[in-house]
Amino acid sequence: MARIVSLADGIAELVSDGDVVALEGFTHLIPFAAGHEIIRQGRRDLTLVRMTPDVIYDQLIGMGCASHLVFSWGGNPGVGSLHRFRDAVQNSWPTRLELEEHSHAGMANRYVAGASGLPFAVLRGYTGTDLPRHTPNIKAISCPFTGELLTAVPALRPDVTVVHAQRADRAGNVQLWGITGVQKEAVLAAHRSLVTVEEVVDRLEPVPGQVILPSWVVTAVAEVPGGSHPSYAQGYSVRDNDFYVGWDEISRDRDTFRQWMERHVLEVGELE
Amino acid sequence: MSPGPGTEDRPEWTADEMMTVAASRQLRDGTACFVGIGLPSTAANLARATHAPNLVLIYESGCLGAKPDRLPLSIGDGILADTAESVVSVPEVFNYWLQPGRIDVGFLGAAQLDRLGNLNTTVIGGSYEDPKVRLPGAGGAPEIAASCREVVVVVRQTPRTFVDTVDFVTSVGYGRGPGDRERLGLRGGGPRLVITDLGVLEPDPDSLELTLTRLHPGATVAQARAATGWPLAVSDDLVTSDPPTDVELTALRALTATLGARA
Repeated sequence: MARIVSLADGIAELVSDGDVVALEGFTHLIPFAAGHEIIRQGRRDLTLVRMTPDVIYDQLIGMGCASHLVFSWGGNPGVGSLHRFRDAVQNSWPTRLELEEHSHAGMANRYVAGASGLPFAVLRGYTGTDLPRHTPNIKAISCPFTGELLTAVPALRPDVTVVHAQRADRAGNVQLWGITGVQKEAVLAAHRSLVTVEEVVDRLEPVPGQVILPSWVVTAVAEVPGGSHPSYAQGYSVRDNDFYVGWDEISRDRDTFRQWMERHVLEVGELE
Repeated sequence: MSPGPGTEDRPEWTADEMMTVAASRQLRDGTACFVGIGLPSTAANLARATHAPNLVLIYESGCLGAKPDRLPLSIGDGILADTAESVVSVPEVFNYWLQPGRIDVGFLGAAQLDRLGNLNTTVIGGSYEDPKVRLPGAGGAPEIAASCREVVVVVRQTPRTFVDTVDFVTSVGYGRGPGDRERLGLRGGGPRLVITDLGVLEPDPDSLELTLTRLHPGATVAQARAATGWPLAVSDDLVTSDPPTDVELTALRALTATLGARA
């Protein structure tokens, strides 16, 4: 059964130095507040996993939390590059960042295999690209029935997956809807999970297209209203597009970035 | 940016507008189109607003049949989910919809492209481990390039982009030449068109080498050759694109005006 915890306690308990950590969210429901708490608690040497590392990963990388990144597309969606990610790869600032690089289809299927309790997933992809040459976790496999040449990728099982959702009940059942990305698969694939929610309610009203993560597959739930800002939570908030555009300028320079992080993340306590 | 015909300092349209209009014209009504953000999304929504009202837009965030009335800032903009026929998970988009070949057209951009239509969105210069420029990476592009029935590439034509050899093959066009896609087991047809701010390139039927088949009004062969990092082949039947119509330009400008927040 999921326990209802504070964000600070949830991160302290569930995320340790050196862990493989997935903070998922496909443009929608990105767990920014949880990422900020990881930065405040000074976690180091994390292997960050995510299909679309965007601004929160730029912040985690720029603050020196990560040594490895497993991903398929690293950019500021609709705006351009992630400057802290680029600086880490091109100049090892603030620390060296090792990459394990996939395509979206490869990453999605790695989570599916993890959630399915299988050792690997099979897809028709990657052939002819340079990705398998640089990513050992992409291997050719032949179909045992037809002999067709396909691609295998190993299951992804994060130590901990963190996602944001619209709401949970007091028993820790979580309800999310809208663009659901790979959040369900990432939670089911992980050893532990933390879900931050807009609100904890007495009773979950059914919503069209909802995904329910029952209490018994979630480790902890923290109530964090606005926890996905500047991304959005459908039904609760809209995307702060100006922030994403503004981040391009803030993140371009190391000092400006550091000052922004100190003022808006380090000096700010938990959102409560 | 080279201006479209008009007077020297007051072009009637920009080269980017011509490129977007040319791309939108390639989308046939009723077909399904896998749309990336930026120029592809603008072109696809322009097609919906003009000649292809029943174009099915598929965004990799899981929005199938989205009908936004403004341009989305990102592939996961809430307006896509609000207006979609269906919102599905990301594994479902790739495994059920893209991989089996259900999508007619994939629209892709690139940082580099070679004469056989192979695309790079990963790294430029140096080595993979120590690149000169780190780009966002693959995203959905490798499988879009592999599995859509056809691919349309939309990209500005410069010598930095149109290179003899891409530094990294992120998405396969025609690989090393005829027969390569079949050998690699890629089921989609490959890049049918490359649309640029100067004109349109199409694969030669025999060699599959990208060949200039169309120039936009005001652009010249010399300009196109200067913007291409390999000896650019030019079709004997080179034609000129029709300029943007008033209807297309009005619709395009109305759409781009909805994107106030974009840099």
